[in-house]
Amino acid sequence: MKKYYLGIDLGSTTSKAVIINEQDEIVGRGITNTRANYKVAADIARDEAVYDARFNLLQRKIGEDVTKPEFKKYMQDLRSVFQYGQFRRRMESLERMLNKTVSEFNYENKAAILVKLKEIIETIRPQIQHGFINEDLGSKNQFFRDIVSEKYNVEVEAKGKEFYEPLMLAFDKSITPIENEMVHYNFKELVLEAMKILDEKYKGLVDEQEDGSHEDWYYAQLNAVKNNYKNVEFTLRDHIEDIANEEIHIAKMVGTGYGRALLPFPEDCIKSEILCHAYGAHAIFPNTRTVLDIGGQDTKAIQVDSHGLVTSFHMNDRCAAGCGRYLGYIADEFGLSLNELGPEANRATKETTICSTCTVFAGAEVKELLHNGEERPNILAGLHKAIVQRAMSLIARSGGVRNEFTFTGGVARNEAVLKYVKQMVTDSYGDVTMNIHTDSIFMGALGGAMFARRNISADLPTAKEKAKQEN
Amino acid sequence: MSQEAQKEKSMILQKEMIEGLFNDLDHAKELGKKVCYTFVPGNLSELIRTFDMLPVYPEINALQSAMRKKSGGYIKEAEKNAHSEDVCTYVKCDVGMMMKGNIGPTGTKIPEPDVLLLSYTGCFTFMKWFETLKREYPNAKVIMVHTPYQENAKMTPQMVEYMVKQFKEEVIPQMEAVTGIKYDEAKLQKMLALSKQSEDWITKIFDTTKHRPSPIDAYFAGVYYIGPINIGFRGTQEAVDYYKELYSEIQERIRLGLGPITPEGEMKEEKYRLVVEGPPNWTSFREFWKIFYDMGAVIVASSYTKVGGVYDLGWRHDPSRPLESLAEYCMNCYTNLNIPQRIDLLSKCITDYGADGYITNSIKSCNSFSAGQLGMMREIEDRLEVPVGFIESDLVDPRYFSYSNIKNRLESYFQMLEQRKIMEKENV
Repeated sequence: MKKYYLGIDLGSTTSKAVIINEQDEIVGRGITNTRANYKVAADIARDEAVYDARFNLLQRKIGEDVTKPEFKKYMQDLRSVFQYGQFRRRMESLERMLNKTVSEFNYENKAAILVKLKEIIETIRPQIQHGFINEDLGSKNQFFRDIVSEKYNVEVEAKGKEFYEPLMLAFDKSITPIENEMVHYNFKELVLEAMKILDEKYKGLVDEQEDGSHEDWYYAQLNAVKNNYKNVEFTLRDHIEDIANEEIHIAKMVGTGYGRALLPFPEDCIKSEILCHAYGAHAIFPNTRTVLDIGGQDTKAIQVDSHGLVTSFHMNDRCAAGCGRYLGYIADEFGLSLNELGPEANRATKETTICSTCTVFAGAEVKELLHNGEERPNILAGLHKAIVQRAMSLIARSGGVRNEFTFTGGVARNEAVLKYVKQMVTDSYGDVTMNIHTDSIFMGALGGAMFARRNISADLPTAKEKAKQEN
Repeated sequence: MSQEAQKEKSMILQKEMIEGLFNDLDHAKELGKKVCYTFVPGNLSELIRTFDMLPVYPEINALQSAMRKKSGGYIKEAEKNAHSEDVCTYVKCDVGMMMKGNIGPTGTKIPEPDVLLLSYTGCFTFMKWFETLKREYPNAKVIMVHTPYQENAKMTPQMVEYMVKQFKEEVIPQMEAVTGIKYDEAKLQKMLALSKQSEDWITKIFDTTKHRPSPIDAYFAGVYYIGPINIGFRGTQEAVDYYKELYSEIQERIRLGLGPITPEGEMKEEKYRLVVEGPPNWTSFREFWKIFYDMGAVIVASSYTKVGGVYDLGWRHDPSRPLESLAEYCMNCYTNLNIPQRIDLLSKCITDYGADGYITNSIKSCNSFSAGQLGMMREIEDRLEVPVGFIESDLVDPRYFSYSNIKNRLESYFQMLEQRKIMEKENV
């Protein structure tokens, strides 16, 4: 039996899982938002990684054909609609919970609220369905809570003042229990359901006019899938059974991240995120000597040796300014989503100087600047620059950039942060190789999985028993 | 599972000494003794005792207050009286304690000072501290000695001469005036001979960490061991007896192959040997210590235990040159060494005691310790290729001890050491 190794990085904002094989190759990745129940967050991230692994195995089984445009498009759509299947089930629970919550309200206009709620649900349900099936919502890195609340809020706004408070309250009360509920899905069932939906979708596909609104490959893929989807379906059907039954045997696992102590893992399966991030970054870029990790609530500057082992590190202390939460706060201040922040900042014509070294005070300063007519992109650019400046000071404290520099953590996905990191590292340390990987956010989980494969001497069952005895 | 703390004979001896001192302080008036406030670094205990004065160490009172969870309230009191958030928390704790009636660690009132003696100027705050106290105690005599910094890594004859001149022309005449007692050099010499013995013993004690497992923790227990030598007993037979006893107890631990004693009993497994730079946090001293011993980490040397004197390199008080050796003593306390000297000293500790790592506990409100710490750490890391760690806390302000931050950092640090050990084993 093949052995796999799991790393789980329970961060303050997102929980990540990576599964590797015995050659340290990543076979699956999963990510979800961290929620009150850490075990659920970790389990969902793990399940996501297992699904991802199955999809990757499926792609491998298809062999060379997978590079054909119709397969590419089909697999992409399949994953998105597969996510919709999960989404739909959770959405049904949420709908029930919303109804239950409102039914228990003491508002005089309860009956009217229920009617409005029904209207909202019936509006957003097809919107989201459309988003997953026709608009690739599945690949946008959004989580259940974000997707639903975005649409729900828009609809609530439209329902008038008298319904605003009860409807928002209903959502806040209902989303948490639903989010913290663990639901296991049947891979095969969801895939087959997704294939059925896709079959319908492609059947009704009409030729799109090549009006130049998309790249050429887009039309090529669309045409290919339109003409050949039956063939793809046929090929896939051959393998689905095998893939669904293939046991992804997790031989060992390691948990990391700020919530690691709360993971239901035995003590010897818990590792510091500093070590994991460094190890993961070093595995992808073996010449890395300095790692900067900007996560949700901390920023770490880490120095590593040629084996990927940490030699020293520095972290921000007592202050959230300079890490992901700061960006989240700023996004809220501007009424933007996190994904929009970077692109908006990059539209700046200059960087407004932000003096406040405190997240909360920066918020006040932003308001003042807006009031004085400063452009939004310029303020955002200044804020992004301020974050990176803070990170640079940590790097300096930890010993500077010694050789190749690797940037990890969720914030590495923000293009404005990236721009300033590149700029300031070059300014301070000259022309060093800088690595940023699409998997930056998964580096901690990857490092964890690699540690799991290497040096946990105790077998999981024994360690688990030990943990149980101690409890 | 907290066990009854193990009480060794030496602990009882120390307790008796301290209680005796505070008892004398409580009855200073009846005993006809004058009271001299002074600081641990560069303390001239023998000279103070030559004039039959009783010493009071405000920073020791502050750390004692912190260990008794009283410092938070005292600091608030001082802040109410316009001492800013950035002022050294030892000062604020002391000032606050004074405002609340000056009740010392043993529950009795500490008498007002007759003399405020400052004999170490490396910490600028000390000077300001006594200026503040002078306003509160206008009758106290202020004696300030300028101690030259070891900028060029040596104590030159001119520096010694400069200090001796201050002793002869300022310190001694003023002490004579306050106490009405004539300076008796023979009495001082007798005490200095005992000081030398105490210093020999304490050096031997801190040298026992060469053993594996180390029989003592040179930081968390070390701060208790330095008590007598730092707070006025250095030139007394009591101190010599205490250190002799302590040494023999440690010898017994070595014979039995035992590790250090912790508040929860014996440390079972020594996994990591560390050298620590910087004072400990006092408000959460037990929790701080526990993070270390729970991980099997023992401190084999620390800079903090050298604040009251650096004896490792062979320097001793010398009865044949009484005032000259007092001058050298003042100049030779740890924070009066220049940064390269400190690096050399700590590197020697790391090498001599076979440390696996080096940790800096940076103190928010202590300039004299914090200045240069990062550079020192970097240099030690480069020179010895030893894994280094950096944590931040404070002396006696409970608001600046973040348990989860420190634990997270130390956990990461220990895992880093662990990983290295595994790699080294694999590479052998």
